[in-house]
Amino acid sequence: MRLELERRPRIAWWAELGAPLIALAMTVVIGAILFAALGHPPLRALHAYFIEPLSEIWSLHELTIKAAPLIIIAVGLSVCFRSNNWNIGAEGQFVLGAIFASALPILWPSAAGAWVLPAMLLLGMLGGALWAAIPALLKNRFGTNEILVSLMLVYVAGLFLDWLVRGPFRNPEGYNFPESRNFGADAILPEIISTGIYGGRANYGIVVALIVAVIVWFMLARTLRGFEITITGASPRAARFAGFDSKRTTLFAFLFCGALAGLAGTVEVTGAIGQLRPSISPGYGFTAIIVAFLGRLNPLAIVVAGFVLALSYLGGEATQISLGLTDEITRVFQGVLLFAVLASDTLIRYRVRLTRPHYAAKETAR
Amino acid sequence: MKRLATSLAVLLLAAGTAAAQDKTKACFIYVGPIGDFGWSYQHEQGRLQVEEELGDQVETAYLESVPEGADAERAIERFARSGCDIIFTTSFGYMDATNKVAGRFPDVKFEHATGYKREHPNVSTYNSKFYQGRYVIGQIAAEVSETGQAGYIASFPIPEVVRGINAFLLGARSVDPEFELKIVWVNSWFDPGREADAAKALLDQGVDILTQHTDSTAPMQVAAERGAHAFGQASDQIAFGPETQLTAIVDDWGPYYVERVKAVIDGTWEQSDTWHGFAEGNVAMAPFTNMPDEVAAKAQETVDAISSGALEPFTGPINKQDGTEWLADGQKAEDGELLGMNFYIEGIDGSLPQ
Amino acid sequence: MIEAILLSVITAATPLLIAAMGELVAERSGVLNLGVEGMMVVGAVAAFAVAKETGSPYAGILAAALIGALMAALFAILTVWFVTNQVATGLALTLFGLGVAGMIGEAYVGFPGVSLGAVAIPVLSDLPIVGRVLFDQDPLFYFSILLTAGVAWFLFYSRAGLRLRAVGDRPEAAHALGLHVNRVRTLAVLFGGVCAGIAGAQLTLVYTPQWVENITAGRGWIALALVVFASWRPFRVLAGAYLFGAVTIAQFHVQAIGVNVPSQLLSALPYLATILVLVLIASNRRFTRVNTPAALGQPFVPDR
Repeated sequence: MRLELERRPRIAWWAELGAPLIALAMTVVIGAILFAALGHPPLRALHAYFIEPLSEIWSLHELTIKAAPLIIIAVGLSVCFRSNNWNIGAEGQFVLGAIFASALPILWPSAAGAWVLPAMLLLGMLGGALWAAIPALLKNRFGTNEILVSLMLVYVAGLFLDWLVRGPFRNPEGYNFPESRNFGADAILPEIISTGIYGGRANYGIVVALIVAVIVWFMLARTLRGFEITITGASPRAARFAGFDSKRTTLFAFLFCGALAGLAGTVEVTGAIGQLRPSISPGYGFTAIIVAFLGRLNPLAIVVAGFVLALSYLGGEATQISLGLTDEITRVFQGVLLFAVLASDTLIRYRVRLTRPHYAAKETAR
Repeated sequence: MKRLATSLAVLLLAAGTAAAQDKTKACFIYVGPIGDFGWSYQHEQGRLQVEEELGDQVETAYLESVPEGADAERAIERFARSGCDIIFTTSFGYMDATNKVAGRFPDVKFEHATGYKREHPNVSTYNSKFYQGRYVIGQIAAEVSETGQAGYIASFPIPEVVRGINAFLLGARSVDPEFELKIVWVNSWFDPGREADAAKALLDQGVDILTQHTDSTAPMQVAAERGAHAFGQASDQIAFGPETQLTAIVDDWGPYYVERVKAVIDGTWEQSDTWHGFAEGNVAMAPFTNMPDEVAAKAQETVDAISSGALEPFTGPINKQDGTEWLADGQKAEDGELLGMNFYIEGIDGSLPQ
Repeated sequence: MIEAILLSVITAATPLLIAAMGELVAERSGVLNLGVEGMMVVGAVAAFAVAKETGSPYAGILAAALIGALMAALFAILTVWFVTNQVATGLALTLFGLGVAGMIGEAYVGFPGVSLGAVAIPVLSDLPIVGRVLFDQDPLFYFSILLTAGVAWFLFYSRAGLRLRAVGDRPEAAHALGLHVNRVRTLAVLFGGVCAGIAGAQLTLVYTPQWVENITAGRGWIALALVVFASWRPFRVLAGAYLFGAVTIAQFHVQAIGVNVPSQLLSALPYLATILVLVLIASNRRFTRVNTPAALGQPFVPDR
């Protein structure tokens, strides 16, 4: 027996929509089995994991804090991935964005006024874009592999941040602890509803994320630039015939992607953290890759996917408290979810057939 | 079907919470895995002691491996909302998050380890005088070492660590005024690979005793492999070096945790800033092993002297690294000076990473 | 002292070398597996657990190899047969592996492990200096050297190696010649998994005989970088692994002597060097054609 794939001529809309849902369902089933194997009643555990974090207002606020950076990065990645540019260094671009943005309140602590925050957001986008420009330019000029260059730069970015917060950016009043001073009020992303029964920590990061998602969706679906990106990724030959310059597209995609990752980094440090620390991301840049695929590279679907992944973080914490389960369960879930998404993606793009060897041999010989 | 299952689960949960209502709930947040066999492990031992001693009166919960930063605030808030009466946040990096959440939950008591900010009346801070133990192991090192050199694996140049280095050298030089200390910074609290590499580098540089202010047992194992001696950190690590460990500075948070949780039960909890040492039982030494009896006896004498207050490691004359006077003859360091210590004393080579 | 330093460099380099050698074979067949870190960490915990339960470090190595292969099989099924995106699947494998290893390992934290002792090779180990460094080592060190030589021979002097490279360079042409592209790729990925698993075993049996979460600490990613750094040539991987190992150890020696260099700069050097090498090999077209698997990262679906 062997597996054979046959490309489907076209994909029905319901398959397109159903695939991620099937993947999600598969993950939940595998999760239930996993919980049972660990000796916990699966329903209670699934409830703690997936429902409990959604049942309280404050927890919903926390969900948006977690989802915002994931959505912003993943929306940017959709542009890169659609144009066949494999940027897996969003984590590094996130960090550089945060560094650029933080430089303002750290080096100039007395800066005040309404202009500070917008300036930081712009600086953050600039930092991310510059970091992303490196793999793009190297790819265009020398033909280097962008996957590997962008990945290497993640480590360099992390070490650079580490050096900064232990050296030049360290809080002078912080007893030598490796962290920057706390940002002033004007350098903090405000909370949406901070008091009252609907109050919580959610900040305007999620609003930024939603706006970005809608803009990018519009760009990809309705503009020539979006067409250029999609066509370059799907069929480079056709793109050349249409007169699109693939190098320009590569540079654009990387800069765009990097700017958004940098924006996400800025949202994180100005919102949830409020200072620069040796480690500012629990792997958002990598998790966002899962988000991008779960959202099938569609910016609007990515919004939903971002919330799902954010829930996986909160759920991991909830099960740790109520069931005493290890926090590792989060990573297992995320891995399984991505496996399921990728596999179901194949199932809708291809017809999968099991064939007998002799038949296959004949096929090959033909 | 699904809805039925959900409501069933909700019922179960509700029943669970109702039963727990009249107990006092103590919650703990750890920065590392409880299995690090160092810092977080010892806090977990403290939590277990609370459960054991206060039995039915309490209920406890913990979250492990909570990153400092954005996630810490959510974790603390989750505890505050889930009915915890007192929350222990056990890493310096939780300082701002603890104070922020404390402002929002005035009825919940917060206890932050090793920090200095108490912005609300419901926040206390606590720490232990580990430097007392460092002084003792410094003495032992100087007695036992044949090369007259010890290696120090350090994490971050914060006052806590710098204080430990200084105390160690004071102890060593009280025995051997020529004693040398080699320091390596690994920039991590817990990274067995790096700690092992640092340990090897130090041993290759000619030291025959290792001590560390990081949390893994890797340096102990390296010392065992190379036939050197080492001091355990945070917990008794004799299992990792039966012929290697001289003693260990053991963090015993149990008594403090029991006292504070009890205070909540009795309604006598008040804000405080606690810095306890040998005398109160917060710092203890593991059995003195792998050393001559007279060295062990002398070490015990030192512990007793510090415990009774007859000996204070930071007593003048002590000069700073550059030779300027810090403490005059007989002058004792004040707690405030020790808490913010950011300089080496005379006799340490190399500069403090800035 | 030189001897002792060389010993610690070797210990630091060996896991990188073994894992990178496995990845090199997989990449030469055209499959980019970013899940090295995940396979390695699962191997590490399996080796620790089995060695502890059975008392035999060799049983631990075997278990690590098996579970590494199992993880790789998952990857192969998805990427080779289900043509899923290799980058994303590799990342999923890493996340999954880190999570699974943490869960299995929970029960084993805080216990001293079984150490794989040194095995001296008679006569040779009595040679001055090199004797102790090269011939009085743990078996995994010998394995890593033999592995390097074996892979080099296989790739460039054996028929099967030629086929494997053909599959990685021009899968369509290889398919037309009657080679089973996907079968070759599956085997290459499995080999990568076995190596990553054994590399993990080195961490918990030799490097630091204990289990803690995230014990790999990014070494799987460094192994990936090494393969590129070495431009897909086995003996350059060997040199690269020792260079990485030397940099790791050097930063502590530099400190112990009392010199103040930002340790982050030293740690970043290998990554920057890798980027530089990427640029150099990519800008030399003839070199690229000879060494880079042209179809790296591209799934192969036979056209019918």
